[in-house]
Parts: sequence; structure tokens; C-alpha cells
Amino acid sequence: MQTVEPAGSPSGFDVAVIGAGVVGCALARAFTLAGARVVVLEKAVDVLDGASKANSAILHTGFDAPEGSLELACIREGYALYHEVRQRLGLPLVRAGAMVLAWNAEEVAGLPALMDQAVANGMTDIHPLTGTEARTLEPELSDRVLAGFRVPGEHLIDPWSAAHGYLMQALANGAALMRQAEVLTGRHSGGEWHLATTAGAITAGLVINAAGLWGDEVDRRVAGESWFTIKPRKGQFVVYDKTAAALAGHILLPVPTRITKGIVVCRTAFGNLLVGPTAEEQEDREHATVERDTLQALMKRGTEILPALAGHEVTAVYAGLRPGTEEKHYRIRADLAPGYICVGGIRSTGLSAALGIAAHVVRLARGSYAPPADPVWPEMPNISVDGQRDWQCPGHGGIVCHCELVTRREVEAALSGPMAAGSLAGLKRRTRVTMGRCQGFYCSAELARLTEGRLAQPMLEPGHD
Amino acid sequence: MTDAEVLVVGGGPAGLAAATELAGAGRRVTVLEREAEAGGIPRHCGHYPFAMREFHRLLRGPDYAARLRNAALAAGVTIRTRTTVTALLPGGVVEVTDDNGLANLAAKAVLLATGVRESSRASRLIGGEKPGGVLSTGALQGMVYLNHQRPFQRPVILGTELVAFSALLTCRHAGIKPLAMIEPGQRITARSPAIWLARLMGVPVRLQSDIAAIRGRTHVEGVTLSTPTGAEDLPADGVIVTGGFRPDAALLRGSHLEVDPASGGPVIDRWGCLSDPAYFAAGNLLRGVETAGWCWSEGRRTARAVMAALDGRLPKPGGARVALAHPALRLAVPQILGPEATDAVYGALQIRLSAPANGHLHLTQGGQTLTSARLDSLPERRLSLPLPAVSGATPLTLTIEDHA
Repeated sequence: MQTVEPAGSPSGFDVAVIGAGVVGCALARAFTLAGARVVVLEKAVDVLDGASKANSAILHTGFDAPEGSLELACIREGYALYHEVRQRLGLPLVRAGAMVLAWNAEEVAGLPALMDQAVANGMTDIHPLTGTEARTLEPELSDRVLAGFRVPGEHLIDPWSAAHGYLMQALANGAALMRQAEVLTGRHSGGEWHLATTAGAITAGLVINAAGLWGDEVDRRVAGESWFTIKPRKGQFVVYDKTAAALAGHILLPVPTRITKGIVVCRTAFGNLLVGPTAEEQEDREHATVERDTLQALMKRGTEILPALAGHEVTAVYAGLRPGTEEKHYRIRADLAPGYICVGGIRSTGLSAALGIAAHVVRLARGSYAPPADPVWPEMPNISVDGQRDWQCPGHGGIVCHCELVTRREVEAALSGPMAAGSLAGLKRRTRVTMGRCQGFYCSAELARLTEGRLAQPMLEPGHD
Repeated sequence: MTDAEVLVVGGGPAGLAAATELAGAGRRVTVLEREAEAGGIPRHCGHYPFAMREFHRLLRGPDYAARLRNAALAAGVTIRTRTTVTALLPGGVVEVTDDNGLANLAAKAVLLATGVRESSRASRLIGGEKPGGVLSTGALQGMVYLNHQRPFQRPVILGTELVAFSALLTCRHAGIKPLAMIEPGQRITARSPAIWLARLMGVPVRLQSDIAAIRGRTHVEGVTLSTPTGAEDLPADGVIVTGGFRPDAALLRGSHLEVDPASGGPVIDRWGCLSDPAYFAAGNLLRGVETAGWCWSEGRRTARAVMAALDGRLPKPGGARVALAHPALRLAVPQILGPEATDAVYGALQIRLSAPANGHLHLTQGGQTLTSARLDSLPERRLSLPLPAVSGATPLTLTIEDHA
């Protein structure tokens, strides 16, 4: 088996990150900027193919995270770091603000404790709302809302560009990405790790397990045992047409229960309106299905919150899996003797916390590397509704996806470079092709032509021409 | 200074017919077409029958589209392809983007002819996973007829509207053998001769069935049907989600122009004129869905109304609005009725049902019945009610008196 080595270094990588979800991408960036030679190992044809492919795209403040928890610390640090890096990486931020809303007496009774927790978690700007005040701020809210409070710091981001940006910065500063590289076994000898993957052998001083839904399995393959078990929890979402985005400026949150943050209604950075997620335990880590009854229940719940939603069309439905474990908190543990860090159980706050988790893990690792003096900051193409889009600029080559106004130049860019899309799903995440109203009615044929021979996982099944 | 006397948004049968008519009468017309070639949906319907109404012969879709293009060019129409309209502004100004970037174009009149699309798998809430190989008829035809690709070998076809049989013909052309046609209703939606096509091809039609779930992570590995006798798995490798046509009205919804929630298209009067008198509309943008020939004819007639408007010969906007007062009534176009006029585009109300109905259609105003007609029809069938003279702005009510 061929051994993959970093350019100019015969001795292997300093750090191997297993898993290119949002956490793996942030880890790759943090260790690269700390000066380490990093390789990212991803078993799928493209990055963000597991838990990170589906979430509610909110940058959380951590107002409702458990007090004193590692999760809270990572969310707070991740939140601050996102604000710090986003402009240089070209990442959007929609300052929506959230409202936590109570719809019955029991929920109203729960509000004071939640507000106390928010204050204890460092929120200095929350304020309570009567039902009338909530409806003054959000006129389309149902008149059945009783009370709530406002959390101005909760924002909306583009969940894919963020992770892509983290990884791109790692790659631009010397990190390597290997896709279709499933880690099969690990062996520690001679002061370093020898990983066997489906794409070749790797040696690295430090191995970081950021394998998300497969975290326990990777633990077993590399370290021999796992200290937790992944309990996948499915979330289904309904995405409404862009016309519905005007119905709610704020992120509308329910009063959370012990088990889940509950069903959220919010805009997206792409100008749609989203309702979800559900929280459904399942064994399967690979398959996340949507079910009509559940989707209809979500639509019903959405309409109870915003009655005018009933007149709007559904654009998309999707389901994702959260990598929960048998415990609620993050499962991060460092074993520095062999150089192994497990970053597991990052269930539903991974997007908000990723940069904070990465900073935390860099500190845990206590590595001594030489940071690049003047790191490169690649700028991600903007595909959110705020800010300039490529279709507004000359030389775009025409529109390919008419619903989302994706240009030929954007598609070409996403099909090339060190992080070129590996599948149609990856191309969608990079450009939003086929993600609009018509879901591919107009542009699928054009995309099948443009992507022919250029995707690791072709749009059309091999053997069919 | 205007960029054209008339801008036509969308170069399908309705838009090209209107542009040809206008240019033939000496008007300066530009068609704005977002695809690489004008012609609309017929470009990728590689089968018969097209062109009976327009050219008095039978053509395949692409040949028909070429004829429409050539007729427009011969009449002096300017066709700008790969030009996407991104906003409709008051008074006949449209924002466009092409390879040169953004620009505003101004005209004395703008005719919208952006057509229809099929409703997506997502909007129908079909369960399961989201693998590749789940296509609309439009996407399938683009792959088969424009790209010469074969996306799957044994799909199922969801729906039995006329377009589902167009999908069946496309499959036959590409050597694709569908496993079944799936119809949630009790009978097929298209008129009965279509069923013979399915029989001829040996494709079973499964009535009172639906696709409960699609399986497969990257490509379709099977579908689960819900049937009157329970769940059933079919080893399909693709799904064609057909029909459920809706106007492609995204531009309208983002504009100052009034949209009819029932049709999903613009609110028009008997001259095809919108709430801003600089805008007109024709073709399937008005309603899902009519044949190419119908849209062509509508485009031609609307062009004459546009010319009348340019010459100051249209009556003042206004009239009485039609309200739908029966659950089986899905849409009625035009929505605003004024006085009867021999040169109006619409001499009849176009109606579609969402459920079978048997009884009498009544159009009333202020408690007075203006016109009635016997009705016994299935959903999605072409229905028209000849229009009487309507005076004033007192709202009109369209209803069905059901027969027991």
C-alpha cells in the first residue's frame, strides 16, 4: 500500500484528523494555523457528508447550554471566533436575533429559569416579552403566543460555506485532504501512528477522531476501544419557499425540554424559511429518511406559530442525523501518551461550537509547532442572500440554476481546486444548484452535462449513459 | 429611450408567438430567453404531436421549437439567449443579468411568458431518502433528448396526467422500461386513450397507490408503495415525478404585480393585462397546464392586445373580480372581467377543477346569474365558460350547483 506523505517531509504528518465534518474542518484549520502539518481523512466522496450535511444553520450563543459545561465554553468561544474570522473568510452572518416563545402555562412558568440560565451563561442583552410585545416585533406570530424573551445574539449562518472555509484555509496553508479514505486500522509504534486507510497508509504523531456518527467505531479501530456509544438522533426539516422568509425576522424558538431544543422556525441565510427539527432516536447511522406524516406534523406546527405560512409552498424537505451518545454532554478526551484525542458526541451544537472545540483541542494537544508567519486567508464565494452574488457580476457565463441564480462560473469553480465537489450533493452545498423551488426541473439536464466525468460520484449511475 | 418597444420574457410557444405577431406588425421586439436556445419546453419533448394548430402538420417537439424560433427571427424579432430576468420593476423596466453582468431594460410594454414547471418530489412530501435518480419529466427529457443520457433503466412513474405519458414516450425512446405508473386517485387523470400507450408498452398502472418511500443513499435502490392491500416494494432504480404543473411565477412573486393565489399566476383582465398596465402575460404562466398550441394561440392574441395598448386603444383598466365559491374549483382565468369586447383576448373563462364535479356552473353578480353551463368533469380537464357582458365592479361569484 502506498504511503501518503506531506510535501517536503519524509516523516509523516504531525496531525491526522479523521472526519471532515464541520468539527474536523475546524480542527484542520486550527492545527494548520498553529503550525502543524495536517492531513484530513474522510471516508465519503466529499466533505460534510455525515452529520454536518443537515442542521438548522443557527449560530447559537449558548444561552441555554448547561451551566459550566465544556459545551457552553466551546459554543461561547466558537461564537466569538466566528465573528472574528468571518469577514476575512467571506462568511455571511444574518443578525436575526432569537425569541424564545411560550405557548402554554407550563412553558410560561419555565421562562424565568431559562432567563436566569441565559444570564448565568453570559448573556447581557436578553429581555422578557409579553405576548403582545412579541407580536409587535413579529406581527405574523399567532395571537396564541403568551410570553417569551429575546436573545439578540442568536444569528443565522451558511452552515456549509463556514465549514468549507475552515477547511479551505487549512488546505491553502499546507494541509492535505484525502477523500474516500476510510480509516481501517491504527497502530502506534516508533513514536507515531500508522493508519491504514482505503486510500493508502498514513503516519502521524497525533490522531484526532472527529468521525461524528462513526466516532465510537473509529475509536475501536484505532485505539482499540471506545468510551462511548453513538446513539444517532434524526431530525427532519421542512424548507418553505423564499416568499415565506418575510414572515419572521427572528429565529423563533420553543421552550426547550430536557431532551431537545424543540422545533424552530427561522429564516435561512439563503432566504428561505425553515421548520424543524424533530428528534427521533434510531440505530441506523447511514440512512436518514423523511416521512410524510412527520413532515405534515412539522408543517402543522409551523402554521400554529405563523398562521400565514399555510399559504406558502414547500421548497425542500430533508433529514439529518445528530451524533448523540448515551450522555448529553460532549465526549472529548485526550490520551497524550500515544497522542490520541477523541472529539465525540458533538450532537446539535457542532456548527456553533466548531471553532471553539478546535481551539480547545489545540490547547489539549500541547504540541510545539512553528505557526506560519503570514497565513493565507482564502475568501469563500458568497451564496447567501446578504452580500453580492456572482450573477450580479460580469463574466459569470450565464445562469445554470434559475431558481437560486447559480452561475456557470460558480459551478465551474466548485468543480475545480483542492476541494472540488465530489458529488452532486457536494456541488449543491457549494453552489445551491437544484436547491430552489423547482428542485432541478430546469437545470438537472444542464448539470448532468456540466458534471460529466468530473464527479467522484457521478450524477448518473455508472453504466447508464 | 426604450431598449425595445416590447420585451417578451420567456421564449417558449407563447412568448415566440407573441413576439412574431408583434414584429410582423412592425413593432420592435426583444425576447429575453434564459436558456441557451429559445423554444421552451417543446425543445426537449422529442416526440409527437406538436404543431397541428400552428403549422397544420405533425412535428416532434424540437422541430416544432425550431420552427417557432425561425418564424420569430424571420419576422425580425431579436432573441437574447442566456439572458435571465431577475426583477420586474414598475412601468415596464426589467432587470436582467447575462455574461456582461446586471442591466436594466426599459420598454413600453412587457409580456411575461415564463411558463410552468412540474411540482417537485419535495413539495409532494414523498418519504424516504434523497438519492440521485428522482427526476421530473422535464429533467428526464432534458437528459434523454438534449444530452443523450440514460439516467436509469427501470424507474417508476408517479402520476397519470398527460405529461406522464409523455414521460412514458421518452422512456421508450431511450430504451428505459418503467416498472409501473403510480396513481393515487381512483382513475387515470389523462383522457382514456393514453392508457393504451401504457398497455402497449406493458407498463402496469397502479391505481389508488402512492410512493410512500424512496430508498437508496446515492442512487435509487427501490421504492415502497402504499397500495389498497398494504405496502409493497418495487426494485426501481429511478423515480419520475410527473405533473402537478404550477406557473413559474418566481419573478412575479418578488415584484409589485398582483398574483392570484388560486392559479399561482398573475391576475389578468380580458386583455391579458396585469395590475401594472405596462405588463401583459400569456401562456402557461397563467395556469397549469395547457398544450403548446393553446399557449401559442394565446400568445398571438395577447400580442394584438399589446398593440392596442401601445396605440392607446385599450379600454381603461378595471372591472369585476371573480371569486371561486366551491371547493372543487381550483382556478379561473382571467380574474378581472370588464365589458364584453370583440377584440378582447379572452371570450371565455378558463376553469380547472381540483376534484370531480357534476352539476351546473354559475357565474353570478349581485345575486343575478349572468351565465350557466352544465358541468360533468374530472380534475385537470380543460373547461371554459363563454363570457357574457359584465358591467361595473361588483364582485362576481363562480360556483357549482352540485347534482345529488
